[in-house]
Amino acid sequence: MPELINKNNKAIMTRNYFTSFLFILPAIVIFCIFYIYPFIDIFKLSVLEWNGIDAVNFKENFVGLQNFMDLLKDGGWWHSLGNAGFITFIALTLQNILAFALAFACDRELRMKNFYSVVFFIPPVLSEVVVGLVWTWILNAGIQNGEQIGLLNHLLVKTGLPHLVNDWLSNPSTALPCIAIVHSWKGFGWGFLMFLAGLQTIDKQLYEAAKVDGAGNWSILKNVTLPMMVPVILVVVVLTILGSMQAFILIISMIGRSGLVDYTSVPVTEILDSMLDHHLGYACAQGVTFGVILIAISLGSKFISDRMKQV
Amino acid sequence: MKKILVIGLLIVLFAGCAKKEDPNSITVWHWMTDRNAAFIQLARQYEQQTGIKVNFELYAPSDAYSQKITATAQARALPDIFGVLGEKEVFASFIKNGHVADLTDEYKLNDSAWESELFPKALAPNVFLEGNIYKVKPGIYGVPIDVTNMQMLYNKNLLKQAGISEPPKTMAQFFKDIAALKRVGVSGLVAGWGEDWMIDCFASNYAFNIMGEDKIMATYRGEIPYTDPDWIKVFNVFKQLTDSGALVPGVVTKGNKYAEQDFALERAAFAFNGSWCVNVYHAMNPKLEYGVMLPPKVNEALAMRIWGTGSSFVVNGQSAKKQKAIDFLKWLTATQQQVQFAVETRNLPANKKALSSIDPILSGFAKGTDYATHPTVWDINENDQVSEKFIKGIQSIIIGDKTPQEVAGEVQAVKEKIMERKDRKEQTK
Repeated sequence: MPELINKNNKAIMTRNYFTSFLFILPAIVIFCIFYIYPFIDIFKLSVLEWNGIDAVNFKENFVGLQNFMDLLKDGGWWHSLGNAGFITFIALTLQNILAFALAFACDRELRMKNFYSVVFFIPPVLSEVVVGLVWTWILNAGIQNGEQIGLLNHLLVKTGLPHLVNDWLSNPSTALPCIAIVHSWKGFGWGFLMFLAGLQTIDKQLYEAAKVDGAGNWSILKNVTLPMMVPVILVVVVLTILGSMQAFILIISMIGRSGLVDYTSVPVTEILDSMLDHHLGYACAQGVTFGVILIAISLGSKFISDRMKQV
Repeated sequence: MKKILVIGLLIVLFAGCAKKEDPNSITVWHWMTDRNAAFIQLARQYEQQTGIKVNFELYAPSDAYSQKITATAQARALPDIFGVLGEKEVFASFIKNGHVADLTDEYKLNDSAWESELFPKALAPNVFLEGNIYKVKPGIYGVPIDVTNMQMLYNKNLLKQAGISEPPKTMAQFFKDIAALKRVGVSGLVAGWGEDWMIDCFASNYAFNIMGEDKIMATYRGEIPYTDPDWIKVFNVFKQLTDSGALVPGVVTKGNKYAEQDFALERAAFAFNGSWCVNVYHAMNPKLEYGVMLPPKVNEALAMRIWGTGSSFVVNGQSAKKQKAIDFLKWLTATQQQVQFAVETRNLPANKKALSSIDPILSGFAKGTDYATHPTVWDINENDQVSEKFIKGIQSIIIGDKTPQEVAGEVQAVKEKIMERKDRKEQTK
């Protein structure tokens, strides 16, 4: 008798698995067609020397892992990864600290907090091209009739700081920081929204209990708010890393497609350059490598996130 | 019964997805934002005259257009008429893969009537001669619709303000004028050097002026190094421009649209731009008073050569409506349409007889056509990776990061690497 029950249970479980699988099948099919297949196809192209116009001929164009070997020795590529890393670092620190601070403030009993929530979310909904053009105008270093045209330089002159006037977007030491700051300005609204949603899920009784125990504001933040926010913080961190590493529209909009030598290049602009130079095989090798790097970052973040949740 | 119903339904559904081809319409893809309105107007006229509808589809900027053309070529879904941008090698690849129709027979009909109507310099980028290095069957593969060339512009009022009576002809004179302009607080030269090809073009002008065509081609073939003193002189032009304060701030990341705005709004006395700028400046500031000049010479002994070509269309070699497309292009390049096109777009026409109708300022550009050359008519072009290093190197000189000698060394290193790889590949074959 127990054997029969076990058999029945197994049959039900198998049927349940099968039914569940059917539910996720459309998603798997879409994922395979639009993600897995292109990735495999791009890998196939990455072992060719191919200009993107000629018909693909594996026999003639096969170069093995030569494109990947060239990529390893390509200083410009690694420099672009470093630039993307810098933008990401600024986003992780400046952008997310600002987002958390503002979300924390809006979670308190603040007057007009709904108004601020809307205002803080304006930059993310603006097009990156528009943001880039507006900031290009602000950071313009041009002069007409002896007057600065750019808003920032104009303000610096008018406030008695003419020595700080700079060619912001054409100066190697300021171009990338300017891009990173504008990228953070544009992106902090997403973090703000997610942090605010996270803060609002924390049970208020925890704060009250902490206060009863004599905890101050700093102590509550450190011992109640931050530990409760760990899952949200990790999600924001992963999304910030992935978004910032792939930033490029803003860069093209602010600096132009040619970039400022190698000072403002990022992996996506490097891939674009290779494509437009008709080195499609090399561009695919860059794409595959960059994809693998991003997957590694995501898996690393998930690993850390799981470890922190266990703690 | 159920099965039949389902199959029937699927057939009806998928039949609805099939694209219906209109035999009386042709499609043109292009990238020329400033000429789009004129194209649409002409297409309307053509439909009234012939009943053939011509759909002009604009894809800009040119980088995005190039990508679209390349991707669509792979899918063998190119439109009836399109343009190929980039170097001759790219054009050759499109031809060799059957994407571009050979128009030689059409040009030669009726004692070459069509060919003789067009400027040879406008036609040249579309011509592949016997024994060309790209191994393309000799012939004419494209139709020029206008002629452009790149020169320098000067603002008459700003020069007058600085006490300069005529535009400079030599670099020494140019630097004197820059000093005079600086004294009255006027910026010097603006250019869209945030776009690679514009730096390449300016540098190429000076390479021709300093060492001449043969030496440049010898460099491209790998026979002369970029560390040669003449190439150092070319790099040095940019260093001198930077050191003398001739360049407007931010020129190295300035897109050409911004550079055009700066010149049109009188923020700079000189500009480096193409003949299409006449239309652009007119739209931005109709009262702008300016003239056209060749870039000032460094070397008096050799001629200054400028880049000059035209925008061309090609006919899709696989199009079912090839003849209709050719007929439309013949109509588009006929005198009457070219006059209309030149007047409306303020561009130099490709048709010789239409030249009399051009804007007066364009006659300055028209004179420059005699000095015009272009990578698409050279026997050999430099490798893309070397060109990229060359352009980035010039950017480094302008921002004061590197010396001309350092840049020359770096460009030569890339050149040698490419030559080695080429040799290795040929040995393997």
